Amino acid sequence: MKPKILIVDDEPSIVMTLEFSLKKKNFEVYIARDGNEAMFVMENVHPDAVLLDIMMPNIDGYETLSFIKNNPAYKNTKIIIISAKDKPSDIEKGLALGADRYIIKPFALKKVITDINELLNL
Amino acid sequence: MNSWHLIVVVVSYLGLLFALAYWAEHNKNNKWLNSAWIYALSLAVYSSAWTYYGSIGTAATTGLQFLPIYLGPVIAFPIWVLVMRKTIRIAKIHKVSSIADFLSVRYGQSRRLGALVALVLILGVVPYISLQLKAVSETFAILTGNNINHSVSPLYDTAFYIALLLAVFAAIYGTQKIDATEKHKGIVFSTAIESLVKLFFFLVLGVYVTFYLFQGPSDLFHRMENIPYFENLITLNNESAGFNWFFAIAMSFFAIFLLPRQFQVTVVENHNENEIKRAIWFFPLYLLIFNIFTPFIAWAGIITFGGASDPDYFALSLPLHQGNTFLALLVFVGGLSAVVSMVVISTLALSTMVSNNLVIPYGFLNKFIKEAPETNIAYIKSIRRISVFLVIVTAYIFYKNFSVNVSLVSIGILSFVVVSQLAPSYFLGLYWNRGNFMGAFMGIIAGISLTAYTLIAPFIVETFTGASHQFIELGPWGISALRPYSLLNTGFLSPSAHAFFWSMIVNFSVYVFFSLTTKGNYRERNFAELFVHNYRLEKPDENGYVWKGEAYVTDIKALLSRFLGPETANRELAGFFVRNRIDPKTEAADARLVSFSETLLAGSIGAASSKILISSVVKEEQITLSEVLGILEESKENMARKRSLEEKSRELLVISKKLKEANLQLIFKDKQKNDFLDTVAHELKTPLSGIRAASEILIEEDDISESDKMQFLTVIMNETDRLSRLINNILDFEKFSAGRQKMHFERNEIKLTVDKSIASIKQLAGNKKIWIHKKSFDTIVLEYDEDRIIQVITNLLSNAIKFTEYEKGYISIDCKTIDRNLELTVENSGKSIQQDDLPFIFDKFYQSHEQTTKKPVGSGLGLAICKHIIEEHNGNIWAHANVKNGAKFTFSIPIKQPIV
Repeated sequence: MKPKILIVDDEPSIVMTLEFSLKKKNFEVYIARDGNEAMFVMENVHPDAVLLDIMMPNIDGYETLSFIKNNPAYKNTKIIIISAKDKPSDIEKGLALGADRYIIKPFALKKVITDINELLNL
Repeated sequence: MNSWHLIVVVVSYLGLLFALAYWAEHNKNNKWLNSAWIYALSLAVYSSAWTYYGSIGTAATTGLQFLPIYLGPVIAFPIWVLVMRKTIRIAKIHKVSSIADFLSVRYGQSRRLGALVALVLILGVVPYISLQLKAVSETFAILTGNNINHSVSPLYDTAFYIALLLAVFAAIYGTQKIDATEKHKGIVFSTAIESLVKLFFFLVLGVYVTFYLFQGPSDLFHRMENIPYFENLITLNNESAGFNWFFAIAMSFFAIFLLPRQFQVTVVENHNENEIKRAIWFFPLYLLIFNIFTPFIAWAGIITFGGASDPDYFALSLPLHQGNTFLALLVFVGGLSAVVSMVVISTLALSTMVSNNLVIPYGFLNKFIKEAPETNIAYIKSIRRISVFLVIVTAYIFYKNFSVNVSLVSIGILSFVVVSQLAPSYFLGLYWNRGNFMGAFMGIIAGISLTAYTLIAPFIVETFTGASHQFIELGPWGISALRPYSLLNTGFLSPSAHAFFWSMIVNFSVYVFFSLTTKGNYRERNFAELFVHNYRLEKPDENGYVWKGEAYVTDIKALLSRFLGPETANRELAGFFVRNRIDPKTEAADARLVSFSETLLAGSIGAASSKILISSVVKEEQITLSEVLGILEESKENMARKRSLEEKSRELLVISKKLKEANLQLIFKDKQKNDFLDTVAHELKTPLSGIRAASEILIEEDDISESDKMQFLTVIMNETDRLSRLINNILDFEKFSAGRQKMHFERNEIKLTVDKSIASIKQLAGNKKIWIHKKSFDTIVLEYDEDRIIQVITNLLSNAIKFTEYEKGYISIDCKTIDRNLELTVENSGKSIQQDDLPFIFDKFYQSHEQTTKKPVGSGLGLAICKHIIEEHNGNIWAHANVKNGAKFTFSIPIKQPIV
């Protein structure tokens, strides 16, 4: 079975490139444009990993992260934050809330793929 | 009118006043009762029967001489406010219950001066009260159609019974509390009501006479022109009349401060200083209204009766002459109101002085020291009550024996001259700290002696001999310079003006002379400093009192208990200890406690008695005057130091608050700058990320379809465009923010500019199949920077396109001149702007919380830049509130006036 990856971001160009690369590596890809959509997808799909942007309209990345981490059903779900916020305090906050990795934009697709493989022991 | 009917009316009216007073005493906290209106109205106790009936008499006989009695108070009023504010403060601090007590405290808690002032006022006011009784008696007779018969026995005289009823009224509602500085709400409230009643009925009479009996003032004036002496009534026809006028004004000027009934309602019954503010305009206005009709009624009387009726009672005889008994009855009730309020308040004030400044200090102190509290309280109240009856009975006797044949006005004037003798002690005492006891005492004695010689003695002689006397005509021993009505040949003045002039000159001179040449004791000087210097009146200041000696708290407490009862005494002392931060177990009493205790008792037994009693339980050391001045100077410095410290600490507080604010602002600005940089970085990194990822795919992926390749190359191109747009916007915004953006103002036609804007955005609208509708467009030419305005319009239009639905939506653009402003509006269908977003929509990088779907293409700086541009044109830009199914933005810029 293909591992399921959820991309949460509101930037079309980023979603588009991530989606293309992940599909090439044989992942099953789902897309959400903000926190609300992400929660909806989570409930229905139970992805193995989530690629999460922070600065989004409505429910932002931190809130979405807390929501995922507070639900025992997702305790094995890996979270990778991909954000332009690059201050140490931002990174600390993300990791403290339970993210597994923190990747700063602009990012290398290769790095994203490596991290997912590592986290999912592929 | 039948006597018995009238008696029923009188008794019912007095019963009503009793009921009002009863109600007020039992509803002390009622809002109306404590309002400044009641205070202002009660001041009108000034208008007595003299005003009510006598002014008409004066206006009919001597013309304009009726006016000074009102002009004095009206002229005095600005000064009155200042002097009274100070007096009220002092009176509250020292618990002063009357003007006698006030002067007694000022001149060193002097027992002798208090007694002298009380005597002077009895001499001045008792005839004045008798005048009121005379008015009641005579008006009663006029109304019942009887002859005025003054030889009737008191047992058959209505005035006697009315006097007794008033005494009962004053005794009941005036002596409920042992402390005479407590407020007498019942009496004051009924006085205020009486002020309304007398004014109202007098006005009714005035309108009746002027407009019903005659055809208005001009009609009266024309008819009066036939009367030979009319000219004299409406002009001051010679110098002596001018002098008389002047002195009459001066006299009533003093009276408004010094009359015991005025002092009672103004000072003793005052709740707080703010009440004065209402009185400032209300009282002069009251007097003015009262006098509008006086001359007309007087003229009407002259025209109707000639010399056949007593002018003093034209107010009654005019309606009676027309057979209008009912109106005459109303006028009578109004006059009765004037009498009742004047008699009750005057009696209350006089009885307080008689008890606290005459009887108690000279007869009862030794007794009080031995007796139990209940006995003492009962004694003090009995003394007051007996004083009330004594005052009224004396006034009645005076009326029976002296004032029968004298007009209302002449006795009133006599009272004013006597009362004026307190003026030097009062006014100079308030503002000159060298004024001392000897000056005050001798000044009053001298002034009264002169008044007695120039006014009272001839008055008595004339009353008893019925005619002029050799003594008056030729002077004693035939020395013409000593004639009582013409000292040093100043007989061109009227007798009252003459007496006033000479007694005042002598009184003031003697006061100043003795104050400068004699050295008062230290206590006088102490109180002089406390009265004169305003800074000592800011709050009750027990520190200003200089006292040295040996005293014990237990002794003082025992004494206080004798008058206040142990409970009140303990409570008051406990309050004192807390206020001054003194250990309640302290045994030795200090100056502050002595001063406090003296003040505490002063309200009940008068300041002088209180001082004597306290000094009987303490051992006071004599202090020299220079020592007192030294201590006062020190305490003054202490106060000044304390005040400057307080001021400094207040200043420091303000400064530290300002610093905090400035700091917060700096932090805020700093945070804003950081936020801005963060947001800019984020906004720049987002397209960079897209470019970076798309490039990576193009480099890394070998097997990539042509269409995918095209897609990623397009991403790179679009994101690059977005980057450069963003950078331009950021630079623009920074330039506007720093005010470095240069504008190129030129005359342009707005229609053409709008066309250019639409052309530049046509492609974008066409893509979404949206039609941009141009509404009304006048030809408007004005000065603006065209490139920048195109930027604004384009921005508004592209926002509108962004939020408008594909194919279905519409966009309109409209341009008008409104109030010399160009107003351009862009409106689109689609989602409405959230009410919460409106205030922030022009902030940089503001994104609506409601904004779902994908992020709109834009820098987040567009509207912020628009705002800057429009502000550079001195205009405004705003989003309309409450637009349903769409959004509406308008900017307006002023069309400058063409230079002609």
